[in-house]
Amino acid sequence: MRALLALLLLLAVLPAHAHKPSDSYLAVRVEGADLSGQWDIALRDLDFAVGLDDSGDGDINWGEVKAHHSDIAAYALARLKLRSGGADCPARATEFLVDDHSDGAYSVMRFSARCPSEVTTLEISYSLFADLDPQHKGLLRLEHGAGTRTAIFSPERATQSFELARISSLTQLVDYGREGVWHIWIGFDHILFLLSLLLPAVLVREAARWQAVGRFPPAFWDVFKIVTSFTVAHSITLSLAALGVISLPSRLVESAIATSVVLAALNNVFPLVHGRRWMVAFAFGLIHGFGFASVLRDLGLPQGALLIALVGFNLGVEVGQLAIVSAFLPLAYGLRTTWFYRRLVFIGGSLVISVVAGIWLVERAFNMKIISP
Amino acid sequence: MIPWTTPTRTTRTSIIGTFTDWLGALTIALFALVAQAAPYVPEDDAVVLEHLPVRPNDPIARELRRLRADLAADPNDLDTALELARRYFDLAGSEGDPRYVGYAEAALRPWWNLPDLPIEARVMRAILNQYSHDFNGAMKDLDTATREDPKNALAWSWRAAIHMVQADYTAARIDCDSLKAIDAEFAIGCTAYLDGTTGKAAVAYRAFSAALARDAKASPSVRVWVLTRLAELSIRQGNPKRAEEHFRAAYLEPVNDQFLLGAYSDFLLDQGRSDEVVPLLVDWVKSDILLLRLAMAERALKAPKAHEHIEALRSRFDAAALRGDKLHQQEEARFNLYLLGNKEKAFALAHENWKLQREPRDARILLEAALAMKDPMAAQEGLAWLERSGHEDPGLRRTAEELKALKR
Repeated sequence: MRALLALLLLLAVLPAHAHKPSDSYLAVRVEGADLSGQWDIALRDLDFAVGLDDSGDGDINWGEVKAHHSDIAAYALARLKLRSGGADCPARATEFLVDDHSDGAYSVMRFSARCPSEVTTLEISYSLFADLDPQHKGLLRLEHGAGTRTAIFSPERATQSFELARISSLTQLVDYGREGVWHIWIGFDHILFLLSLLLPAVLVREAARWQAVGRFPPAFWDVFKIVTSFTVAHSITLSLAALGVISLPSRLVESAIATSVVLAALNNVFPLVHGRRWMVAFAFGLIHGFGFASVLRDLGLPQGALLIALVGFNLGVEVGQLAIVSAFLPLAYGLRTTWFYRRLVFIGGSLVISVVAGIWLVERAFNMKIISP
Repeated sequence: MIPWTTPTRTTRTSIIGTFTDWLGALTIALFALVAQAAPYVPEDDAVVLEHLPVRPNDPIARELRRLRADLAADPNDLDTALELARRYFDLAGSEGDPRYVGYAEAALRPWWNLPDLPIEARVMRAILNQYSHDFNGAMKDLDTATREDPKNALAWSWRAAIHMVQADYTAARIDCDSLKAIDAEFAIGCTAYLDGTTGKAAVAYRAFSAALARDAKASPSVRVWVLTRLAELSIRQGNPKRAEEHFRAAYLEPVNDQFLLGAYSDFLLDQGRSDEVVPLLVDWVKSDILLLRLAMAERALKAPKAHEHIEALRSRFDAAALRGDKLHQQEEARFNLYLLGNKEKAFALAHENWKLQREPRDARILLEAALAMKDPMAAQEGLAWLERSGHEDPGLRRTAEELKALKR
């Protein structure tokens, strides 16, 4: 049956790859002259290279991996050269973990490296397992600023250079500014709060009745005071929260924001506070600032450009607000004497706003869904 | 005036979605899926993280270690290098793990890029290259090998095998005939394999049965291989009952064989016997090709594990895409067609795969994807192959008829 034995070989064309081949996952983040990275390497491959199964029972346990962490670091880091401007950026392992990928367990090694000066072009030479398994590939994800790119290393492409585009501060400022504008535009709770305070700006309260203001300047200054104090207040808390000085639970913040909208709207229908609405705007603005901060946090704050991000985002929020105000004020001023404005928009609108915000309040406080988006 | 939508967290995260969309290419998203699970520190030293396929004290492992040590002492010792490469290649076949092919390649490193090299090394290089689907590179070496050494049975056998995969049956026939002068038994096996694919299943069946009967001392792995071929040939002849008997007999042999399990479970799936597939494959989730069949069976049975296994397959295909692999396209096409219901993607993959591999099961997924799209024109190449090869499989013939009916 020699013939059939030979034919068994034929079969090997058919099966191809029942398993995933050997890969490692390398993530490197560049910040100035500092590099930080995470390298996931399959335990099976490490076992072949440095020997992990000390007990010889065919199982690799955590104790065995731990005992070999310095071997793993020495072996792997000797096969990864990071260079910038012709100089080495020596790396050292900082932390060891484990992760389960779809094809088995991987050793996760975090490392940091320091280059002599700010990195503009990063050269990476990758030769892990090149002598043991030429089929092995290293999959790189390189992060710099807000940009991410990927590359594949193999023995044929063992050294690759990456030019890191300098992200100008202006670009960053504009990017975060755009996010700020976008956020105020889709953040209906902030818009409704502002509107609730602005609706009465073209009216004056006289003898327990709302009257239209006679001239434009008082209305304008009223609006100016409200918007400015709202802005100053939320800038304060936005900065404090973004910098991590104060932190409040988001459910509390979101519920408080909804409450602020309810109160501001109801105040138009059943006036308690008038004349000093800028103070209300300031007080509640402090709460809205925490709401903005959570968005900024979700966007990710660049460590190197924290201030730029903060200023950009804040300016964006102001620009968005100004756009709303400048559309609202002339319109409201023009309509201020009409029944339409005074009854329907002012009273009716305020009631609707308070109802909607009341529903938000219940939703947020009890974590349930009433209005579906 | 203002749309009454709630500014909940979900709307906010969607802004972040658009933000990353600007930044993220598809590969980056894939990277996130594949490589961005959550690393952890195991709670206890005794937690077992990985099972090695070969124990360090296993005789095979000891033998491999000895060969590696010998080769390390003298890296230019071709005989040791070839022996080690052969051992690793066998292991790649039985374990289905491509990294052993990399180990084999590493053993041959001093010879790997030489234009002139000993014939044995040349044939080995061809064998390893075809594994990565570099059929042209492999064929170049095999051409040279058969020219320089026309009596090299192994080189002719591999030529036949690659020509079969490429559906070049005329060339495969020449290869099988060339074997006749070298070794009659080799030629019989080669010819039977070719006949079985090209419309002479009955002849092939008789040849394999006779070969099996002639050798009472065949090793279990050889018996499994022949029995699996006999089962496939029985299916092609429209005799599922006999196919079942051969599959059962192969299954009872004392060796594990992924290809038997794959073929057997395909047979059971075709028969609507998904409940019998699950116990067959439940311990084989590490193998992509078998996990696919297991997930298909579980889906058919509405088993709770189906979802988990489909997600596992998805992440493995994502990982392969990230690596730039195109070796899984046939399986990925089946995954898309039967488990995700994505006909267009399934067809695109099956068609891409067809450019490289043209075996009956490659034709099957191509035709089935085209039928799912109700697009007989898309099936043109598969239908032409069926016509030309004369392949008998009743299932494939039925699919082809349905496609032709659409055309009318």
